[in-house]
Amino acid sequence: MPVAKTIKTIKIIGRRSINAVWRIGMAARFFFLTLMYSGSGFRRFHLIIKELFSTGVMSLIIIIVAGLFVGMVLGLQGYETLKRYGSESALGSMVALSLVRELGPVVAALLFASRAGSAMTAEIGLMKATEQISAMEMMAVNPIARIVAPRFWAGVISMPLLAAMFSAVGVFGGYFVGVVQIGVDEGSFWSQMQAAVDFREDILNGVIKSFVFGTAVTVIALFEGYDAPPTAEGVSGATTRTVVTSSLVILMLDFVMTAIMFRGV
Amino acid sequence: MISIMGLSGCGKTTLLRHIGGALKPASGHVMMDGQIVHELGQEGLYAMRRKLGMLFQFGALFTDMSVYDNVAFQMREHTDLPEEIIHDLVLMKLHAVGLRGTHNLMPSELSGGMARRVALARAVALDPMLIMYDEPFAGLDPISLSVVGDLIRRLNDSLGATSIVVTHDIQESLKIVDYVYFMASGVIVAEGTPDEIRASNEDYVHQFVHGEMDGPVPFHYPGRDYRQDLNLQA
Repeated sequence: MPVAKTIKTIKIIGRRSINAVWRIGMAARFFFLTLMYSGSGFRRFHLIIKELFSTGVMSLIIIIVAGLFVGMVLGLQGYETLKRYGSESALGSMVALSLVRELGPVVAALLFASRAGSAMTAEIGLMKATEQISAMEMMAVNPIARIVAPRFWAGVISMPLLAAMFSAVGVFGGYFVGVVQIGVDEGSFWSQMQAAVDFREDILNGVIKSFVFGTAVTVIALFEGYDAPPTAEGVSGATTRTVVTSSLVILMLDFVMTAIMFRGV
Repeated sequence: MISIMGLSGCGKTTLLRHIGGALKPASGHVMMDGQIVHELGQEGLYAMRRKLGMLFQFGALFTDMSVYDNVAFQMREHTDLPEEIIHDLVLMKLHAVGLRGTHNLMPSELSGGMARRVALARAVALDPMLIMYDEPFAGLDPISLSVVGDLIRRLNDSLGATSIVVTHDIQESLKIVDYVYFMASGVIVAEGTPDEIRASNEDYVHQFVHGEMDGPVPFHYPGRDYRQDLNLQA
């Protein structure tokens, strides 16, 4: 029956749309509650420090290694492209601008989502599955203030720092390949970079991007964990959703912010 | 000290959640210490919960904290006691459950019975007026079960508290509680002292106490006629 099938399909689409809107609303409410209870989160500053260690410091290795290789690839590809136009000396500015404006914030955020975001979701999801969150509520302690807010601020603080680290290491990767291995003039590498990179236009915009990505990834990771069904399947599904949703949101936000920042849309 | 018994899914844990204010009733109300629980705002609810202690089914210890920090958790959150006093109180609570020597361990290093006892020490950390136990005996070996049962009774008496024990374990429960309620499908179907329950001829109680396969609680889940399901002619 084609009519019955069509109605069934419409019903499924409708149900999924309602669920999606409902979840967006819940996530927005969760975000505002997190901000609202952040005051008490800051009173427990030692918890933010502890989370900074597990989200920020523990992500350092992956960020440094990835930054180094991305910078090296940029140095190699950049040199090959610029050589065609006789502009090898602009390698420094190309590597730095690519990293500071785009690759640093975006790739660091993608890595952060897979390393720290998934860990946050799994941890909170398991706390829910083992009734730790219910126990905290029954002890008259607000879990948003005690568990969520410190993790949120740790994510927001550590993301720009990790992106800066990624860009800095990436520049050295580009320097190593371009100057040390290929033989681009060292003076022109650094001086072109210094002349081309503007603090407000490039570095500050990159920091703003990574701050926005950090906020988005952390909220998604925390919400998915907090909203996960308290089963093994529920937690694994939430962890997957964190990585997928965060990655898409990062790329989407990157396009929007790049359009606003660099094209003045 | 009362016990609430009944089959899985009959509403025992839901009742505890109503008492703790985690759920709001569709009708009726729960009154605790002169206050209607579901009418309280968040601050009022949290103030009420400070008078409550709850032991969850598998302890629900915070896995990122040591045994010491788990027991100290509420003291640090709700009081301004100096750390030296908290130290002494935590060790006293752990001593009461026989686990003073475990204060440096993490929950993952404890056996199921020990985790339950630490959770018990945490539940009574602020000397609550009402302690709720959700399946405190689930999954315990006979010795741990007996130890936890004995501790629940002793802590209740020494604190002068009211205790509500939700459990399936009829024998252990009848040993320690003063009064028993049987629940089925969300309503109380039988009640009495442990002696009255043991002597009861009521069908439901008899089936539950003796673990009979069939009775008011049927063995077969309701379904279509068996012959119909097998496509057999009458």
